[in-house]
Amino acid sequence: MSHSRVEGFVRPIVLVLLAFLVSSLIMVATHYSPILVFSSLISGAFGNLPNFGSTLVDFIPLAVIGAGLALCFQAGLFNIGAEGQFWMGAFAASIVAVRFAAMPIVLHIALTLLAGTLVGAVYALLPGLLKAYRGAHEVITTMMMSYAAIEFGHYLVESGPLSMPGAIPQGYPFAASASLQPIIATTQLSAAIFIGLGAIVAAAWLLYRTRLGLGIQILGKNPKAARVSGLSVPVLTVLGLVISGAFAGLAGGLQMVGVTHQLFDGFSDQFGFTAIVVALLARNNPWAVIPSGLLFAALDSGAQAMQMSAGIPVELSFVIQGLIVFFVAADRLLDVARRKNWLARLRGPRVPALGVKEVG
Amino acid sequence: MGILGNPELWVLTVAMSVPIAYGALGGMFSERGGTVNIAIEGMMLTSAFFAVVFAHAGHSPWLGLLGGIASAVLMAVLLYWAAVPLAADHVVVGMAVDLLALGLTGYLLVTMYGYNGTPVSTPSLPTWHFPWLSGIPVIGPALAEQSVLTYLLVPVLLISWYALFRTPWGLRLRSVGENPHIARSAGLSVRGLKLSGVLISGVLAGVAGAYLSIGVLNSFTADMSNGRGYIALAALIFGNCRPGGATLAALIFGFATALSIQLQGTGIPDNLVLTLPYLLTVVAVGGIIGRTTPPAADGLPYREEEEF
Repeated sequence: MSHSRVEGFVRPIVLVLLAFLVSSLIMVATHYSPILVFSSLISGAFGNLPNFGSTLVDFIPLAVIGAGLALCFQAGLFNIGAEGQFWMGAFAASIVAVRFAAMPIVLHIALTLLAGTLVGAVYALLPGLLKAYRGAHEVITTMMMSYAAIEFGHYLVESGPLSMPGAIPQGYPFAASASLQPIIATTQLSAAIFIGLGAIVAAAWLLYRTRLGLGIQILGKNPKAARVSGLSVPVLTVLGLVISGAFAGLAGGLQMVGVTHQLFDGFSDQFGFTAIVVALLARNNPWAVIPSGLLFAALDSGAQAMQMSAGIPVELSFVIQGLIVFFVAADRLLDVARRKNWLARLRGPRVPALGVKEVG
Repeated sequence: MGILGNPELWVLTVAMSVPIAYGALGGMFSERGGTVNIAIEGMMLTSAFFAVVFAHAGHSPWLGLLGGIASAVLMAVLLYWAAVPLAADHVVVGMAVDLLALGLTGYLLVTMYGYNGTPVSTPSLPTWHFPWLSGIPVIGPALAEQSVLTYLLVPVLLISWYALFRTPWGLRLRSVGENPHIARSAGLSVRGLKLSGVLISGVLAGVAGAYLSIGVLNSFTADMSNGRGYIALAALIFGNCRPGGATLAALIFGFATALSIQLQGTGIPDNLVLTLPYLLTVVAVGGIIGRTTPPAADGLPYREEEEF
């Protein structure tokens, strides 16, 4: 392995450890033992089969959305509205899951997921078109459309056409043929995990093994080169956003058929936002989304268990996640630290050893 | 529609617009200097929490306001440090600040005050009364009795406009946002100017946060800013990064929120009204009606020969 590839592996790990270090300082300052916090987080996320199952349940949306975003980020397009595309996918999926009854399960699940994927893709189409043909910045358009989708979702389950009459804002329960059953008892982990892993493979294949993927990589590295080599920048721009929307929509569908089996207000735990970080920590590599997604899923589900078992506020997990995002974004910190020799200075003033002449 | 003649709608409109307007004006200084500021939300939330902490500990709402602003400015420094000297992606760092603020305030709320919420003895900022204004039909009550921070918005708006368009500093800040390299070759301190823009955004987002917790109430609840920082960003873009435009947009968005609250229980879907500010912003940014243009070098990394 070349030096830069080793660096590519090591850097994210160092940054995550740095985030753990700073969050440990916050824990010590607030009289919690970092050892207790991290051991309860780990046992809460991986300690036994049900806990591990719950972590994998959170892993599915994070990794599927993250894989699509990785591809989109590689094109230099910053879709930060995946949360909205995830919601829209979930709405579409729940319509198909509720309105069609009595169908072979494979067909019904496939149709439901297809609806989610398509609607997620369509919801990213407008930002794509506005970026490609009007120069509107996709960060703003996707973000705004994401918040609009969330409000629209509240409308749908509270008083809209998908709402089931009653005191609790929720949609109708799904037909049995559109619900995947748990494969580990006492968890919500279903066969959706295999579909999710398949989606990650698909994202990696699309990015690294197709002409479209190559075009996306060229566009991201150098838009001018893309134009000169005859690629259509507007088409690639639209496709980059639409594909990431499709993955987010698929994740919304998977969440519906695999976990909730019903639409309700709080079905998303900010998966679309966290997935951005998952993709960034993975350095926009769909394969690396697997460990990265697992880390954030563990921080999510482990925190719930930590609050129950050790009484440590679940919000501590957001602090850790925020610090990870911060250090991953500000990763140039490592170069500055290396150039200025911070580590050596921490160890105290440098004393040249006897008989060794210092060079440089 | 009878609802428009209801004074309560306009009282709510003002109450909902004020934090958005402060946030938008703050964000404007940051964006004008070329630093994209998604962290307004996090700065607001941080200030909302620490305003309560300081107001309660110091038995003074003014101390609360100062403490809240100081905490928001610290978050602004964090944004600046990562975004400018370390040349990190502004949007990602902004998201990190937001997430960090959400976690820290939620965590400290529980560790400092337990699960029963912030102390009820927390003092709140005074409300000012102008009885002679209440005679104005429909909107009179909305103008006659508001938090001191609401009235403070008027001078803040005027000073913002003056500082940005009528002072040498404002011209320099804008030139840094348009083209930092030319500004640099003209002998300006690009980093110093960018820092000043981001710090002002921290101060004004801090005022917005304090308004939420000790301006209209005297308590803090988890995730109290509830996306207002993002709406402020939308208002700023919708208002084309200009003080008057941003404030007007904040009023429109505040009106949409107030209208949705008033529509609750009337059968008209209030959540759909809440989608309007976001969709209007997409329309504005997309140039479907009119067109907004951000500063040319907004969000771009700026490298000098030496770092730090």
